[in-house]
Amino acid sequence: MKTFDELGLRNRRAVPFADVPKETVSRFRDTVLQAVRDGWRIVALFGCPEPAGGTRIVAVLGEDTRGELGALSTVVSGGYPSLTPECPEAHLFEREIAEQCGIVPEGHPWLKPVRRHPVDHGTVTGGAVKDRERYAFFQVHGEEVHEVAVGPVHAGIIEPGHFRFQAHGEEVLFLEIMLGYQHRGVERLLETRAWPNAVLVAESIAGDTVIGHASAACGAIEALARSRKTPRAQAIRGIALELERLANHIGDLGAIAGDIAYQPAAAYFGRMRGECLNLLMTISGNRYGRGLIRPGGVRFDIPPEMVTEVRARLEILAEELTAVGRLMLKNASVQARLEGVGVVSRETCVDLGLVGVAARACEVPRDVRHDHPYGVFRFAHIPVATAWAGDVLARTLVRWLEVQRSLAFVIEQVSALPRGGILAACGALRPGELVVALEEGWRGEIAHVIITDDSGRVRRHKVVDPSFHNWGALAAAMPGNQISDFPLCNKSFNLSYAGHDL
Amino acid sequence: MLDFLRTRWAQGTRTSPFPDGAIEFPERFRGRPALDASRCKLGCQECRGAMPSALVVPGPDGRASLDIGACLFSPEEATACQHGAISYTRDHRLAARGRADLVSGSGELPGLEALEAGTRRLFGRSLRLRSVAAGSCNGCESELVALSNVVFDMARFGVQFVASPRHADGLVISGAVSRNMLDAVHRTYEAIPDPRIVIAVGACAINGGPFRDSPEVENGVPVGIPVDLWIPGCPPHPLTVLDGLLRLLGRLEEGQGRLKA
Repeated sequence: MKTFDELGLRNRRAVPFADVPKETVSRFRDTVLQAVRDGWRIVALFGCPEPAGGTRIVAVLGEDTRGELGALSTVVSGGYPSLTPECPEAHLFEREIAEQCGIVPEGHPWLKPVRRHPVDHGTVTGGAVKDRERYAFFQVHGEEVHEVAVGPVHAGIIEPGHFRFQAHGEEVLFLEIMLGYQHRGVERLLETRAWPNAVLVAESIAGDTVIGHASAACGAIEALARSRKTPRAQAIRGIALELERLANHIGDLGAIAGDIAYQPAAAYFGRMRGECLNLLMTISGNRYGRGLIRPGGVRFDIPPEMVTEVRARLEILAEELTAVGRLMLKNASVQARLEGVGVVSRETCVDLGLVGVAARACEVPRDVRHDHPYGVFRFAHIPVATAWAGDVLARTLVRWLEVQRSLAFVIEQVSALPRGGILAACGALRPGELVVALEEGWRGEIAHVIITDDSGRVRRHKVVDPSFHNWGALAAAMPGNQISDFPLCNKSFNLSYAGHDL
Repeated sequence: MLDFLRTRWAQGTRTSPFPDGAIEFPERFRGRPALDASRCKLGCQECRGAMPSALVVPGPDGRASLDIGACLFSPEEATACQHGAISYTRDHRLAARGRADLVSGSGELPGLEALEAGTRRLFGRSLRLRSVAAGSCNGCESELVALSNVVFDMARFGVQFVASPRHADGLVISGAVSRNMLDAVHRTYEAIPDPRIVIAVGACAINGGPFRDSPEVENGVPVGIPVDLWIPGCPPHPLTVLDGLLRLLGRLEEGQGRLKA
């Protein structure tokens, strides 16, 4: 039997599911814990109902310096000893397994609802997870300690989520985050809807990450169908992904400026975010790029006359961005306001398994485009932008650096599009395989894991949005900060509720 | 300070010419879908199998009708008809007062009747809205946020989003209404003082959108909350929302859609 790291599993390279080691519970646990100590990271950890009964728990691990992926599994029924006490990055995954499959991770330090799944996968939680209505929040007691509850309906146009602060005066002692309000049953829909139309569900996992999630889902499907995209399709996907990153990073820079009442940058960046969305609309007919990414490639080409137009608009944008970026980031009062707020240490980042901007702002250079390259990113490299302080300023700076690098990438790619078609055939899926498709969305690593059954149907479609890894970072960043800085901290991560809740 | 003034000068004024000037949507923009009845074959149901949404519904004469409220504005909904009967126009005006108004044999929508005079007198020049996202993907909310940027600048028409339902004249619901948000949606609605209006934004709030028939959602605004304005889209373009709101308030002239004096 192969070991978990001998499968030849890579980003978008499918392997027979039968090859994935099926270990005893104790060997499974020891192997995962040892791998994490050796520098592997949990990409996904999920349950999958076994046809013969019981639940197969599958762990997908990633080794970023060598670009390797590994997978191993175990079959449990009822319960198993939790990984979380020794491996904090498993925390939310194990709660999810308990909720989706009714399996109890014994000894889990904080087994509480993730989203409340009364019907998911035909199982009930069987009392493993407490009813969220009667859930007792963690409380701090003491003289002048008070509790602040916010949400799920917020004081703005924001997705629903509940935040419970334990505060002493203005100082936050503890933040507990309760999500699940956006839960729409996405994984179940992806497993039951037929491809290629299921891509419309993938496009709606997180409406600000249409390209990221659709590309990851299609990447997994293409690998299972052995469909090969043309170089031109890969380049257009890369352009769309970076335009999505530009739109969101620019929007976030504006929103951070807005939260510290630096209005000029808020107004200008807010408008420039729209310019990026309008570029996506020119290419795909929709401001968020819906309709573009399809199994086998892309649905819309960028013809030569559009290249000229897109380039011209990008060059104007580049000039305007530079001016506004300098205006904001050179301003001493802006720097002072962002510095030292919402600090996440490098150790916390590694322990929690953070990804994307949040990790890179702690000098942890995780970037799927660099570590597990795929598509156009195998040929065209975007330098990984990092900062070291782990505070709001660091997350702002990483975004600003990425904006400049993505913009240069898009201009370069659109100017030298490879010739050829844009949409290859993508037929039936290979039976009995497991595939992992990773994509560096603008928030960080998006993972779609698909397992097919013996007849080539989707048996399990696991989605891991970067927010699922990163919500814990916000809770870790808040203690010691003023409660009035919560909106700023929250915005500096800008995590997805919909992507977490699925 | 000089940098600031220079940047301010370079940025200029960026407000959209809407509603008085011409707005150009790109050639590929997918606006209101249209059905060419002459190409729609009698009794042919082929498109319904390939359709990723509930866009096509049985029409009165055995041909198809379009339910624009269900449209996800995907390229596949147009190509689902082998005979080329379904296409997208570049018309961004999609809003309707009644749910039934969104079902149309040709895709053309009826004129949008403004609120009755009394309510219009109250809200016509100052409308405060409370947004609730309930089982959405955050796409519609992103466009609602964009309404407040300098391009769309909704506040120039006296329409604003406010922080509390107690301060609001109306409720904007987006998302398929997840079971986990059902209670919060009802309670927010009840917290808004009468008279109040309700606006359903996006395919999800109208019929569940891409999440339709998931056991976790209500397929849109729940029964018991009366909707005054339906705005289709996935997500609707900010101008689609703005056009719907202004016509609801009786602020636009019919036809050209210019702002009333």
